[in-house]
Amino acid sequence: MTALHATPAEPGTVGRFRWAVADALAVAGRDVAHWRRRPAAVLVGALFPVLLLLMFTYLLGGGMVVPGGGDYRDFLVPGMLALAMVFGVEATMTAVVTDTARGITDRFRSLPMAPSAVVAGRCLADMASSVVGLVVLVVAALALGWRPDGLVPALAAVGLLLLLRLAFLWMGIYLGLLARDPSAVMAVQILVWPFAFLSNAFVAASSMPGWLATVAEWNPVAGTVTAVRELFGAPVDSGGGWATDHALLLAVAWPVLLTAVFAVLSVRRFQGLSR
Amino acid sequence: MARAIEVAGLTKRYGEKVVLDGVDLDVGSGTVCALLGPNGAGKTTAVRILTTLVRPDAGRVQVAGIDVVRHPRAVRRRIGLIGQQPAVDDVLAARQNLVLFARLHHLGRRDAGVRADELLEQVGLADVGDKPVREFSGGMRRRLDIAAGLVLAPEVLFLDEPTTGLDPAGRRDVWEAVRALVAGGTSVLLTTQYLEEAEQLADDVCVLDGGRVVARGTPGELTAAIGGDRLELVVSDPGRAEEAARLAERAAASARVATATGPGERVVVPVTRRHGVVGTVVRALDEAGIAVDDVVLRPTTLDEAYLRITGRDDERTEVPA
Repeated sequence: MTALHATPAEPGTVGRFRWAVADALAVAGRDVAHWRRRPAAVLVGALFPVLLLLMFTYLLGGGMVVPGGGDYRDFLVPGMLALAMVFGVEATMTAVVTDTARGITDRFRSLPMAPSAVVAGRCLADMASSVVGLVVLVVAALALGWRPDGLVPALAAVGLLLLLRLAFLWMGIYLGLLARDPSAVMAVQILVWPFAFLSNAFVAASSMPGWLATVAEWNPVAGTVTAVRELFGAPVDSGGGWATDHALLLAVAWPVLLTAVFAVLSVRRFQGLSR
Repeated sequence: MARAIEVAGLTKRYGEKVVLDGVDLDVGSGTVCALLGPNGAGKTTAVRILTTLVRPDAGRVQVAGIDVVRHPRAVRRRIGLIGQQPAVDDVLAARQNLVLFARLHHLGRRDAGVRADELLEQVGLADVGDKPVREFSGGMRRRLDIAAGLVLAPEVLFLDEPTTGLDPAGRRDVWEAVRALVAGGTSVLLTTQYLEEAEQLADDVCVLDGGRVVARGTPGELTAAIGGDRLELVVSDPGRAEEAARLAERAAASARVATATGPGERVVVPVTRRHGVVGTVVRALDEAGIAVDDVVLRPTTLDEAYLRITGRDDERTEVPA
């Protein structure tokens, strides 16, 4: 005990950065330890989008008309992948609000660790779990007979999907810091559904009544969905307006905008904890 | 000797509400100070400011000789905080929790493991170190929480109501852990709702009420300040408790404190002298034909002192201070 009584010396700028990285990894490592202790929880989270994929393919898919003709499954897979990223907002928010409510956030804040690590660790852990979720969903889709159109475009699509996840991750962090009580997650779990349906993820926006089609096209998910469809060589909702024609631009612009907004809001909220 | 905590003119407002209103506080190195006060007195806010979680609006706050506003990180390296609820990860094992916190104190992987084992040993959880925390009892959780606050053997330890919600055995565990730390040279500031806890652990007591310090001193000084001893009687017939209280007061000649309480058959009378008072009172009651089952002459408790200081007692008249 006496050997450890001395506090490590305060490092310089480089050392500080190394500490910040090490601290973020330590915080993220806590989530990894959670997965190992509770694999069932991870599996359920990853399998839920698979269940949706199966339901929409086999139960509803028969009645779906794909724009330009084509397999509904191929149309649906990119939509489901994007929605899986959106659903991640719930996991992030739950983790953040639970830590705050249980005093773990305050414990972190009372430690000599890098303050940024609390949030950076959350980012790392949630991005990692999203990669796992994507892999599970892709494997399920492959098992259903879905095939992507080449490896390079597929990797580009994964990049866009993870960018979308980053946006919803920051939204989750902000909402988690905003909520005082873990039960607030329920509201988000409900609201995520109209948000998901009011997009081009399940059906073509062009099949909706005029103004709804415009809303669906401008849904922050829509750009990613269309861009990923193009990259996977899946049928695309071609009858849309400007938003559909510039899907790739929106697939980058929306997540970048959302990330910027919610990152700033989150940092301010986090600093506000000491007010 | 250096002061563990030095606070002068500490003020904190939330909107219109003044939570801390010019608090001064001094805690000597190696001593235990208990912060007492009713709910909403500002105890937790004070602890949150001292532990760098919240910034003060005004005042000078130094912990371990370091300014908490200017050098929060340096303060964090010298303190341990044990909050109102155990802030440990439920899913992880006890040892995993401690390794995580040790890593976040920038101990190397190997040192973190060694330190975690030492801490588990120290709080008596060595044999359950690999169990997930959600299987722990409240007392075990608290002990782990305390261990998590001790990773770098802090110079100053803050405990915010450390035994709230614990059973007597859990409470004793916490007290023992705190005493062992103080013996090792750690300074402690604790808030508590339990006067017994302050009496057991604290060298000094500071009573907060409405964001101000309304009394301070050793537990002995506080009880002495409100005066004297208490004569406690148990009368056989509860119906005559009121009458017994009046008689006892007169017999005890505690003229300047005309107060007595008589809930049920128990009568408590303040007395200003000890000598001969028991005999006088018992004789007086005997003459009036009031049977007495039990008599105790005891010093005023910190409870009574505290209730008097914060004006929350239900006694009927004022004690001249």
